[in-house]
Amino acid sequence: MLEAIILTIITAATPLLLAAIGELVAEKSGVLNLGVEGMMVMGAVAGFAVTVSTGSPLMGVVGGAVAGVLVSLIFAFVTLTLVANQVASGLALTLFGLGLSGLLGESFVGQPGIKLASLDIPGLTTLPVVGKIVFGQDILVYLSFAAVFGVAWFLNRTRAGLILRAVGDNHASAHALGYSVIGVRYLAVMFGGAMAGLGGAYMSIAYTPLWVENMTAGRGWIALALVVFASWMPWRAVIGAYLFGAVTVLQFHAQALGIGFPPQFLSMLPYLATVIVLVAISGNRRATLFNTPSSLGKSFVPDR
Amino acid sequence: MKKLALLAGTALALAVGAVSGASAADKLKACWVYTGPIGDFGYSYQHDQGRLAVEKELGDKVETAYVENVAEGPDAERVFERFAREGCGIVFGTSFGFMDPELKVAKKFPDVKFEHATGYKSAPNMGLYNARFYEGRYILGQIAAKESKKALAGYIVSFPIPEVVMGINAFMLGAQSINPDFKIKIVWVNSWFDPGKEADAAKALFDQGADIVVQHTDSTAAIQVAEERGLKGFGQSSDMIKFAPKAQMSAIVDDWGPHYIKSVKAVLDGTWKAGDVWEGIKDGTVHMADYANMSDETKKLAEETEAKIVGGWNPFTGPIADQDGKERYAAGVVAPDGDLLGMNWYVKGVDDKLPQ
Amino acid sequence: MMRLELVKRAEKSRLMSVLSPVVAVALTVVFAGIVFAAQGHNPFTGIWYFFLEPITSLWGVEQLITKATPLVIIALGLSVCYLSNNWNIGAEGQLTFGAIVGSIPPILFPDFVNPLVLPLMLLMAMAGGAMFALIPAKLKTAFGTNEILTSLMLVYCANLFLDWMVRGPWRSPEGYNFPITVDFHEWAVLNAVDVGGIYLNLSAPIALLLVIVLAVVMRSTLKGFEIRVLGQSPRAGSFAGFSTRRMTAFAFALSGALAGLAGVMVVMSEIGKLQPVISPGYGFTAIIVAFLGRLNPVGILIAGLVIASSYLGGEAIQTSLQMSSKLATVIQGVLLFFVLAADTLILYKVRLVTGREGEGAHA
Repeated sequence: MLEAIILTIITAATPLLLAAIGELVAEKSGVLNLGVEGMMVMGAVAGFAVTVSTGSPLMGVVGGAVAGVLVSLIFAFVTLTLVANQVASGLALTLFGLGLSGLLGESFVGQPGIKLASLDIPGLTTLPVVGKIVFGQDILVYLSFAAVFGVAWFLNRTRAGLILRAVGDNHASAHALGYSVIGVRYLAVMFGGAMAGLGGAYMSIAYTPLWVENMTAGRGWIALALVVFASWMPWRAVIGAYLFGAVTVLQFHAQALGIGFPPQFLSMLPYLATVIVLVAISGNRRATLFNTPSSLGKSFVPDR
Repeated sequence: MKKLALLAGTALALAVGAVSGASAADKLKACWVYTGPIGDFGYSYQHDQGRLAVEKELGDKVETAYVENVAEGPDAERVFERFAREGCGIVFGTSFGFMDPELKVAKKFPDVKFEHATGYKSAPNMGLYNARFYEGRYILGQIAAKESKKALAGYIVSFPIPEVVMGINAFMLGAQSINPDFKIKIVWVNSWFDPGKEADAAKALFDQGADIVVQHTDSTAAIQVAEERGLKGFGQSSDMIKFAPKAQMSAIVDDWGPHYIKSVKAVLDGTWKAGDVWEGIKDGTVHMADYANMSDETKKLAEETEAKIVGGWNPFTGPIADQDGKERYAAGVVAPDGDLLGMNWYVKGVDDKLPQ
Repeated sequence: MMRLELVKRAEKSRLMSVLSPVVAVALTVVFAGIVFAAQGHNPFTGIWYFFLEPITSLWGVEQLITKATPLVIIALGLSVCYLSNNWNIGAEGQLTFGAIVGSIPPILFPDFVNPLVLPLMLLMAMAGGAMFALIPAKLKTAFGTNEILTSLMLVYCANLFLDWMVRGPWRSPEGYNFPITVDFHEWAVLNAVDVGGIYLNLSAPIALLLVIVLAVVMRSTLKGFEIRVLGQSPRAGSFAGFSTRRMTAFAFALSGALAGLAGVMVVMSEIGKLQPVISPGYGFTAIIVAFLGRLNPVGILIAGLVIASSYLGGEAIQTSLQMSSKLATVIQGVLLFFVLAADTLILYKVRLVTGREGEGAHA
């Protein structure tokens, strides 16, 4: 039972974690992209379409990431090259993605998908308790954790990561030091798009192998909130995503046990839990401030 | 300069477009308002299938139109009025939340015909229609009781409205007719539309011991979980056998086509009257997907029950007691339609507590 | 390799301030025409229905104003938040909670039928919205909790709370157990009045009044100055004796109050009772309106009308041309992109440079 619950929680948390870690990098570079939902849903439709057309869920994963990157480039062009307002452009991206995915997906409604295979290592996956949890996941689950470690290492231990943080903290000085602020931000936004696309593809290939309009159902917004929850620290995004996923899943179990509490209040729990935990850990204000990219949401135009 | 020329050209062409747009008059225009996207492969999708059936059946005598994703609040009235002003002969409001706005517009446009699904307010030019889905749910209950090894089904539901409560009760009555000790566990997902949550709910129910999942939510997510785990379930709104070839035992399919064709034809013939129709398996509005993945004995039972319902028997025939054991309908008494439409109590044996 | 380069103008281009929205709309028209044609429709008919047909009748204008009103009211409040650097994205929840509180008189005291009910409801809704908005504000000032997360999460809570209220304690006994409250009585609804062929209720003039008041406050009062100073530089603001904490509370309370007001007025005019869904996402759409209007009251008024018309246009191409609603959403998104991008022309000249020239400029 515990094993089964943990497996369900992993599935619920993975799309959130994938999208959140991508947005985290974009925000670290100073770009606030509120279009995560739009990129995710594009990833979902592209992932499904490619999977069904090629018969290969792995190709679908790639397709989802590519679609995420492509729509993120629209956002990048408008906000970075043309310095349009990031908040409004992000919302425009969400509208655009929801509409376009619905159009592209019309012919895929009602078609069964193909589920992304889970790892199956004889001897390891069959181990009691931890076997399935640790060695029996699909590639995107491992990728989500690889992304967390990769991003943490990149941001804190590499020169390129230092540059990215510098760009996000003070774009004027980064520019003065000769770094291409716009170039770095383009890459960061594209990474965010790819990860959101993967998160969406996870929905339509692994979580529930089907395509229906709007199937991400607001998870892009949760991912955005989780970046804030994480105070821009990658490992905290894991906590956020798994906390949210766990409370979501556990409230269903509570209902099935018949505790007789209004289901609306149980459904509120994941949101409330995130807020309460964030309040509890945001006591350490200095650490939060230290991690907040100071140029977040501000446009930059290189003067000559 | 180029831009100016372009603008001028556009303006000119606009005028032309406006004129051409006003043609195509003498056909009957039949119009639909959907609450969800037609790509939901669920409730709105099935209504749209009904619209397409009208187009197919009546060909060039009709022209159809629809608006999807209409919020059940402030936007609805505008969409209904727009349809009325555009010359729709008949407008179908497909969701309960459209009742008041549709009624308001119906009163304002007495020459346009309106039909509203699943509500209770009507007017001389606004009829009501609904489907007796509970008939199908009774059969599902019987199948579940026959096929479950644990005498326990998981039941995923969206929101506690009478339609859903009626479905739970019919399911339980069916199940109890086979096994009086049959139990269900209920999970509310508080959303009409979130495949991910539906899948999570299905997993939670299976993890707590259910071996059959029933849903009153639209997506295929739950039954796909059943397929994956080698367990069983039922489709909802549409036949989902493609998604769960080994798990789906049957599905309650909403087939609005026959009703829509009848209504639109009546408008064409000039015989349309505001009615209050509540159609079921007999009329083809509720359709049971092929019985599969079950023993021959269960299949035979399901077919017999279906025939009995087609013959006019109502699953809500007493004796029926509520959760507290109080008798609601004495032996032989059939629950009146009005009671069913406003049902807010569980039959005996349901352990959930209905939000009051 | 070629790329775009922005050259800052010495001062804002007045010409472009006026021209940029026109350019943006023109580009959207061209884009929409291409998309319509690609979908097999006559592009000009499509353009006519999307952009113009909805406002060719008095009824259409009335609908436009009705749809724009809540967007404008909410966006006005949000603009104060954003100008003062407070990231309230939870107006949808404040709208919902305000509407719940504002609906207390007709639902809990149905016998209290009296002209006073109307102003009472408006005030209670404002108080309710403000209270709900003060939660993220207080969490921000007391614990440093980021308000983007808290205000967003509270949206879901407010909507679920409304859902519970209308299915549980406030469910109408006459509603066949459907999730609706009792119908509001005559003094708890806003009736539309004929204004030269257009039927309008009190909410449109209130919105207009708020635009004027806020424009005056922002332009020529100390409060307006305080908002902008604290938004641009909290340090400079604190030297001037302004308090960031008080400003956070003020901005959230104001925007919450306006969201609540907008919410209760929608309930009082178009719905006439409470039900699980009372807003088609007004609180989120208003964020777009606020930024599209450049956080300026008059700009917001115009932006509200533009966004509202894009919704009406989306319905028009569905009903008249049987085009997909998804197409309408795509065009809306593109319209926004174009409008936002074209604003660049106000402050910058855009030049196309070749790679070598661009590199040379850097050196």
